[in-house]
Amino acid sequence: MNLHEYQAKELLKKYGVVIPAGIVATNVDEAVAAYHTLNKETGTEYAVVKAQIHAGGRGKGGGVKVAKNADEVRQFSDDIIGMMLKTPQTPGGLDGEGKLVRKVLITEDSYVPSFDECSEMYVSILMDRERKSNVIIYSTEGGMDIEKVAEETPHLLHKEYIDPTLGLQTFQLNKIAFNLGLSGAALKEMRKFIYNLYQAFVGSDASLFEINPVIVTGTDKVIAIDSKVSLDENALFRHPDLAELRDTDEEDPVEVEAKGYGLNYVNLDGNVGCMVNGAGLAMATMDIIKLSGGEPANFLDVGGTADADRVEKAFRIILRDPAVKAILINIFGGIVRCDRVAQGVVDAYKNMGNIKVPIIVRLQGTNADIAKTIIDESGLEVHSAILLQEAADLVQKVLEA
Amino acid sequence: MSVLVNKNSNIIVQGFTGKEGSFHAGQMIEYGTNVVGGVTPGKGGQTHLGLPVFNTVSEAVDKANADTTIIFVPPKFAADAVMEAAEAGIKVIICITEGIPVQDMVKVKAYLRDKDCRLIGPNCPGVMTPGEAKVGIMPGFIHNPGKIGIVSRSGTLTYEAVDQITKAGLGQSTCIGIGGDPIIGTTTKEAVELLMNDPDTEGIVMIGEIGGNMEADAAHWIKEHGTKPVVGFIAGQTAPEGRTMGHAGAIIGGEDDTAAAKMKIMESCGIHVVNSPATIGETMIKALKLAKA
Repeated sequence: MNLHEYQAKELLKKYGVVIPAGIVATNVDEAVAAYHTLNKETGTEYAVVKAQIHAGGRGKGGGVKVAKNADEVRQFSDDIIGMMLKTPQTPGGLDGEGKLVRKVLITEDSYVPSFDECSEMYVSILMDRERKSNVIIYSTEGGMDIEKVAEETPHLLHKEYIDPTLGLQTFQLNKIAFNLGLSGAALKEMRKFIYNLYQAFVGSDASLFEINPVIVTGTDKVIAIDSKVSLDENALFRHPDLAELRDTDEEDPVEVEAKGYGLNYVNLDGNVGCMVNGAGLAMATMDIIKLSGGEPANFLDVGGTADADRVEKAFRIILRDPAVKAILINIFGGIVRCDRVAQGVVDAYKNMGNIKVPIIVRLQGTNADIAKTIIDESGLEVHSAILLQEAADLVQKVLEA
Repeated sequence: MSVLVNKNSNIIVQGFTGKEGSFHAGQMIEYGTNVVGGVTPGKGGQTHLGLPVFNTVSEAVDKANADTTIIFVPPKFAADAVMEAAEAGIKVIICITEGIPVQDMVKVKAYLRDKDCRLIGPNCPGVMTPGEAKVGIMPGFIHNPGKIGIVSRSGTLTYEAVDQITKAGLGQSTCIGIGGDPIIGTTTKEAVELLMNDPDTEGIVMIGEIGGNMEADAAHWIKEHGTKPVVGFIAGQTAPEGRTMGHAGAIIGGEDDTAAAKMKIMESCGIHVVNSPATIGETMIKALKLAKA
């Protein structure tokens, strides 16, 4: 689950990580009021207006602007709130349709007054799958695309692996600060910064922290200017306060709805919908669709209980996509009995009445033969198959028809 | 012969009296698996499904000689259940539970480093040695005793492969569902290695998916040490980058963990890679013939 920048910063602040003072606003008046509050509290004249969407590279699409006064805050907020912001990470990239901006974060400009004396660094924390431990990745090359740093100047990218039983050690904090070229007060501040950041990572069961840039100011302050935080969905039971931060506006509405029904659904661009039990088989079914001349319109795992109600809900979700020209249902019955699924398909089909796309049902495993009879005798426009290859051939046939 | 579990395994069920545990323990017993009891803290001394319930895994080891466990404990408590089993001296720990927090598994892996045991899973269908022991949630009837070992990160896709191998007239030695999470106890390479060293396994089906580099590791190992034909498939050739496809571990992070990249490496290491998951069975028949020729 991804957090907005302003939510991520609140989380960091709780653990003592220094962030720029900031207030989130949903309209222009709130944005201006936020500016005046910040001005009063911090004395800042400059403020940064930052679009709050779940995507990086916001500056590239005009979603981050530095305002010199209240009028500019008003103008920039007006520009940004309600815009369709296109960044390299929004759907379709810079040429796509972008994402609607609903909120802006107004923050003090931490670079003022000594922009030239600030150095930008990069720090991220994530779980390394191969080492099976958390790793802190850091670099003196902050404020830029880290993939580019990794490619062009890999010697400037450092990694520090954390022992899962012992946690982050003092020597590691020192090493990080020295490798970042710091000394004196700045070194101490960076050690504190990394320590607090790591506590926040572990304490929130995060899967990714990316602070880019972290700045070290001319007065040796270490501040998280931007922050990207993803949390482990499986650990949200431990963090009910964080679970509440989910912003469903940022997610695909159909995917959100599917989740409510216990369906695991991912929307894709193709023309053949699919409904499958099990994630691996669902991916394999998408691949079969492609090999049969189609493109998968979705990933959909109905899970372990593929009854009539779920099948109907899955049908409705798939059919909402006008690009869908055919549906392939692929169920391998184990605990799930195929005859029940078949009855579910027939009932759902009859309930919905107006399904206009051809449906191919492949049921294999427990009671597969009975299931095929149910489908074949239903009188519906449904093609049945038992072998996976038969299903693939049927997909090809209906696409060519 | 077989690997990991057989008719002599003394198997206990952790989360024995819960809904999932009860149902699947019943199915395992019906298949003929040697289940010797179960563990549910607080219910020790009771009898469930005609078998003794213990409060702790240690007690089950002492009183029922348990050496293998299958875990159906909810995600909140599953990591603890794995560590309890390891500490009690259980040799084969099979964790079915889906949805364990990643940081819990990071700790479990560290805890297991100096323990003499093997963890399979979590988020897996379990391990099956046909005709001897079903230690998982897979449908028993699609399996047949035989000489093909199967390793897979998925549940139903494993059943698909099993079914094709059975229909091809080959049968299985042991099927290992290693699990779909980012951190799992036994990797693809380790499972392949077990089967490669099993004298009664003649061929191996290796099913992977997008995310991570386990299949590439296994492929390189097979190139160096492989003595038996391996048929491979990678699910997710059509999966988009950066999205989690059902399994927590199935997410493309970069160019190296796409299906295409993995398939290329596997092919270059001499694995018979299939594009279509519908052709696993027939490809294994061909691969076995080639190996004998």
